[in-house]
Amino acid sequence: MASDQDKKKCWERTFDLASKRPEIDQAVAEVLQACTDQGLEEPATFAIRLSLEEAMANAMMHGNGGDETKRIILECQIDSGKVRMTIQDEGPGFDPETVPDPTADENLTIASGRGLALIKAFMTHVEIPRPGNRLELVFERS
Amino acid sequence: MSKMLHVDNAGGVLEVSFLEKNILDESNIQQIGKELNESIEGKSSPSMIIDFGNVEHLSSAALGILITMNSRIGDMGGKMCLSNIRPEIFEVFKITKLDRIFNIHETVKAAREGMA
Repeated sequence: MASDQDKKKCWERTFDLASKRPEIDQAVAEVLQACTDQGLEEPATFAIRLSLEEAMANAMMHGNGGDETKRIILECQIDSGKVRMTIQDEGPGFDPETVPDPTADENLTIASGRGLALIKAFMTHVEIPRPGNRLELVFERS
Repeated sequence: MSKMLHVDNAGGVLEVSFLEKNILDESNIQQIGKELNESIEGKSSPSMIIDFGNVEHLSSAALGILITMNSRIGDMGGKMCLSNIRPEIFEVFKITKLDRIFNIHETVKAAREGMA
């Protein structure tokens, strides 16, 4: 169980965002600053930024279909050893099992569909519970 | 929309560099695609070297633009090379196995020699 001191050290924040770049950029910048404040450095911050950017872009463009009035909820918990992020959009969700493998030879020249593969590569754990409009990401410092 | 790329025509080879260090924003990526397309308009067998020296972050959407441009230049009988990619970004190319479809060189100079 985490001590009181550990709990105080944990940075937690929930963002309720419009599907607009300026709001997304501001939230991502705050999360990255919190990561830095918790002592995370490259390459951890690179992995977190890339995954968060991909997840937010998916939520904005695919989940919310580019509708700027639809919301994205970003929840973050960051401490010196672990970063938890959940990203939820207002879309119907998707089945990750149906996403083609972008690294298969026949898909290498297709221009889209690499975001989820990158998130899975850079994060320690990725969960997409049904109906598939919420990504749960965990990055553990090695 | 401000320009996203600097394009030099150096001895018949288009040398492209990015003016922004983060290639993430969807509208910026569309603008990059537009500028890349404009740079090869009216050219036959274009040769292009893209210098990533200034790039710290890029998204999968940016990879999509590069794939499209690589195919288009190939269809025109030309050649596109990527160069000067920092290690963490090169990792993105490796994870997605795009290092297998792009001509990638460590430096712009090496890419230029590869064009010869």
